[in-house]
Amino acid sequence: MDQLAQQLVNGLAWGSIYALIALGYTMVYGVLRLINFAHGDIYMVGAMCAFYFAHWLGLADTVSLPGFGLVMLLAMLACAALGAIIERIAYRPLRRQPRAAMLTTAIGVSMLLEYGGQLVFGPDPKFFPQLIESAPVIRIGGAVITNIDLLVIGTALALMIALRWLVMRTRVGMALRAVSFSYDASALMGINVNTIITLTFMLGSALAAAAGAMVALRNPKIEPLMGLMPGIKAFVAAVLGGIGNFPGAVAGGLLMGVTETLVSAYISSTYRDAVAFVILIAVLLVKPAGLFGSARVEKV
Amino acid sequence: MSSPARHLLRRNVWPAAAVFALWPLGAALGQLVNAYHLQIAVYIGINIILATSLNLINGVTGQFSLGHAGFLAIGAYVSAAVTLFVWPGGASQLTLVVALLAGGVAAAFAGLVVGIPTLRLRGDYLAIATLGFGEIIRVVILNTDAVGGARGLSGIPVLASFTSVYVCAVLCVVSLWRMVYSQRGTAFFAIREDEIAAAAMGIDTTRYKILAFTVGAFWAGLAGGLLAHFIGYIHTNSFTFLRSVEIVAMVVLGGLGSMTGAVLSATILTLLPELLRFGAEYRMVMYSLLLIGLMLARPSGLMGGAEITRWRFSSSTTAR
Repeated sequence: MDQLAQQLVNGLAWGSIYALIALGYTMVYGVLRLINFAHGDIYMVGAMCAFYFAHWLGLADTVSLPGFGLVMLLAMLACAALGAIIERIAYRPLRRQPRAAMLTTAIGVSMLLEYGGQLVFGPDPKFFPQLIESAPVIRIGGAVITNIDLLVIGTALALMIALRWLVMRTRVGMALRAVSFSYDASALMGINVNTIITLTFMLGSALAAAAGAMVALRNPKIEPLMGLMPGIKAFVAAVLGGIGNFPGAVAGGLLMGVTETLVSAYISSTYRDAVAFVILIAVLLVKPAGLFGSARVEKV
Repeated sequence: MSSPARHLLRRNVWPAAAVFALWPLGAALGQLVNAYHLQIAVYIGINIILATSLNLINGVTGQFSLGHAGFLAIGAYVSAAVTLFVWPGGASQLTLVVALLAGGVAAAFAGLVVGIPTLRLRGDYLAIATLGFGEIIRVVILNTDAVGGARGLSGIPVLASFTSVYVCAVLCVVSLWRMVYSQRGTAFFAIREDEIAAAAMGIDTTRYKILAFTVGAFWAGLAGGLLAHFIGYIHTNSFTFLRSVEIVAMVVLGGLGSMTGAVLSATILTLLPELLRFGAEYRMVMYSLLLIGLMLARPSGLMGGAEITRWRFSSSTTAR
């Protein structure tokens, strides 16, 4: 029982990370109908940026929460810029072209970030400085919730609420929803579609960077290929929830994180990578548009 | 000469030329090149099979699959199991043929099993479901100790050579070409262009989609068999989702629906990392930059859906 509670906590922490990355996938898919393969690598760049900022700012040896906050914020800004640049160079010229073309440049960008990352950051794993010392905060029976778990879940929650507010309550958010609803009609209504799409990439990349920085805090070993599996799984989480749907991405991410931790704890860790896909296929067979996706009626 | 005979002859000029080209090509390869070049030539052949067979699914029929590496893995492991366990010691070319066919049929069967439930999904949902099946296949193999599991499967007799890969590649391209540019093959294009309209015209869309999927999986499995019997060692790490993505990149770069484009881009994308070896550690960075650059320069792919034919560049749906 204690172990189960402990695994649930771990699962929730991982799930919130997946949810943050999945939100970026879902947002980009919403406006461009693009599976942004490079998104998982942006998460890696986020972790790496946080690592370098921590060292450059001389924060690596001190234990401080504001220090980590600053490092995470800087990483988010850097990745937002990176996301905007990638969109401008690799995706915008192909917007009116067959969708497969953009998908292929996304594959190219993903490879570029991975191989480029091995070149710039070095192929060996780095160890993220202990900006926050792990300490148990809450004990429920035998289950321990550390301050890092709380920080990860809390920050993720705060970012999701902020995003929700931005998308549902502001003019920019309204424009964003309009663009995902209809690209052409929103352009006719005077929305600057290019700005909105750039903004979408910036927001998504910033969320991925936040996820990267927090993962680095929890599992300090970071390396240029770390974005590969979480990237795919977060995408699966987004599809699971119904791609293009924000609450769906969060629910999918949490579901995925919890199931994965439970499977690796109780069945076998080698099946961990497969379970995500088994759930996905099971859900898609019953609900072909994901858990929260609405079935689209096809008109002739 | 009677007209049907002439017709047959005319339509088989290219396959016949391709088959007869083997003799001087093989002689030249034996004389001029070293083992490294031969290995690249073999990889090109295997990638041509993979790219053209995925082109049947993704390009011609328009069903975006991201799980080709899964079928490749099934073919590789099943054919290796045939030569290792079912028919051990058989070192003739007949063994290879049996093993390759077994691998291909197993993959085709897997394609059927995967295709029937997933092909009712559309667009990106299909892509992600096939990706999922590919990964599940990989993880299941990784956890099957009988075929080596995480250690990989070694000691597979090296039966495949340049000749066998060449013959298979020619057979694959010719048969796919014949299938797609036949009267019935037009149904595949019809499904890609508009599934509802195709169904309204009386095309059994499900049947054709599953047919494309199964045939594509068969050739992928055969390619897996060739790979296993050329290297002699297989590991699930060679069949990850990245491998599927690589094959998709070949198909898209060639131009969705273009068989000759797939052959061309499979050749280019296999050669490119080798040609870029001068760049040492910058090699793969240059490779990815070139891939992005090529896509930006030719958004519809190198051939843009057209085929290289004897007479002219003709649009793919009218090529005969």
